Amino acid sequence: MNSEKLYLYPVWLRLWHGLNALCIIMLILTGISIQYSDIKYPFIPFDTAIILHNIFGVIAVVSYVFFFFANLFTENGKQYRIKMKGLLQRLTKQTQYYLTGYFKDAPKPYPIEKNNKFNPLQRIAYTSAMYLLMPIVIITGVALLFPEFIIDEVFEISGIQITAIVHAAAGFFISIFFIIHLYVASVGKHPLKNYKSIISGYHESH
Amino acid sequence: MQKLILILPALLFLFFQGTAVAQDNEPEMVDMNRTCFQCHGNSHYGVYIEMTDTRERRIMNPYYIVDSIGYMEGVHGTFACIHCHNYEYETYPHKASLKLEPQYKCMDCHGGDDLFAEFHFDEISEQVNESVHVKAIGDNFTCAKCHDPHTYKLIARDSTSMIKEIVAGNNAMCLDCHGDLTRYQLFTEQEQPQIMETHDWLPNQELHFKNVRCIECHTSVQDTMNVSHKILAKEKAVKKCVECHSTNSLLSNKLYKYKRTSDRSSGFYNDVILNEAYVVGANRNKHLNNISLLIFALTFGGILVHIIMRIVKR
Repeated sequence: MNSEKLYLYPVWLRLWHGLNALCIIMLILTGISIQYSDIKYPFIPFDTAIILHNIFGVIAVVSYVFFFFANLFTENGKQYRIKMKGLLQRLTKQTQYYLTGYFKDAPKPYPIEKNNKFNPLQRIAYTSAMYLLMPIVIITGVALLFPEFIIDEVFEISGIQITAIVHAAAGFFISIFFIIHLYVASVGKHPLKNYKSIISGYHESH
Repeated sequence: MQKLILILPALLFLFFQGTAVAQDNEPEMVDMNRTCFQCHGNSHYGVYIEMTDTRERRIMNPYYIVDSIGYMEGVHGTFACIHCHNYEYETYPHKASLKLEPQYKCMDCHGGDDLFAEFHFDEISEQVNESVHVKAIGDNFTCAKCHDPHTYKLIARDSTSMIKEIVAGNNAMCLDCHGDLTRYQLFTEQEQPQIMETHDWLPNQELHFKNVRCIECHTSVQDTMNVSHKILAKEKAVKKCVECHSTNSLLSNKLYKYKRTSDRSSGFYNDVILNEAYVVGANRNKHLNNISLLIFALTFGGILVHIIMRIVKR
């Protein structure tokens, strides 16, 4: 079988992806430690967890702003645009592939192309993560860095509490996305193939 | 014997106080107090100068002014002034020698009396004696230095009180001296510590001051009473954030003790905190926790099944 090398991930994208991954990992670990902090059995000592969470949070914000503008001014932004027409059929087809076709060595319904890096499921998941969850977690996170400015009460519930719950919930869904993202990246001819691609920039298709 | 003579008027008052209780829960001025409040309830008072046969208006010492409404609403609102102050104060001008007479102390009435058992006055007294205040100042540090007997209210024991009311009322007691140089120097010639500066290390200082009491960090934990009165030396104050910001938050044994009406055995604090405050690390919601665990289980379960299928079909 012929293999074709596609240069999919330019340097800036790989650097951003690496930095973002580091931030997300650190934010998830420190976030869990803060949410479930315990005096006797600290996962990460509370004070350290807070400092690390704040530092990586700020880096993640800067990194996101870079990603947002880079997507505005480069072709990469197009990968995150979802066409609504026929979306359900495309999603069903891709889901069927992951559930059955993949095990029967069926051809990929939406093979990776230079201008179409994501399959329909990836596209909707990445777009939701980057353009819905990330803004929510960033806005609430920045607010929690300056809690004095948060509205005192909304419908008799503490504004800080609402902000914190929304922040934790969005962070939780990002961590779910992260787990699935890590696993789906291992789905292929070789489990490490996609991991190598995001480091070298080249995708090898068979 | 001397103590008994001092206490007698107060005991007699307690016996007859039923006649002075206000009707329909509306606080009412005790008749005997009206004369006192004419001067001590106002910023100015009139005085007759016999020598010149004139009346003069003078400024009342602000520390001798008593908020009359606050007095009537306070726990001692049904007391006549002379039940605690010498009856000779009924005569005006007051005799100069009265100023040098010892005043009643709270424990003269409240100490060793089963009537007040629920308030643990004797235990409180022991704790106060061990506190940094009494150690530094001695017996001059009386209950009244923090709890103004004229206007004292049981904010914390009132189940309808909001946490913020409890915090504000309680911190005001500390700031009465620690935020007022004149009162602070009643006890010491030391320079008054600058609270904002000494608490520089505290993140989100303003929020902390608004949402927790000074005593959360500056007292030892007491299981038997709602409030610990053993104020610790500053070196022993809580300075580890995690002591409050954790599942086993110190606050559950202090500030939120008042709100412990629901079952906390599962370790969830939201019912206790009642949406009045948010404490990072201490607030967890039972339902959100269960939902998140379910989503995690489904995610890992799905991945596990897929991995098994990959291995089987390889």
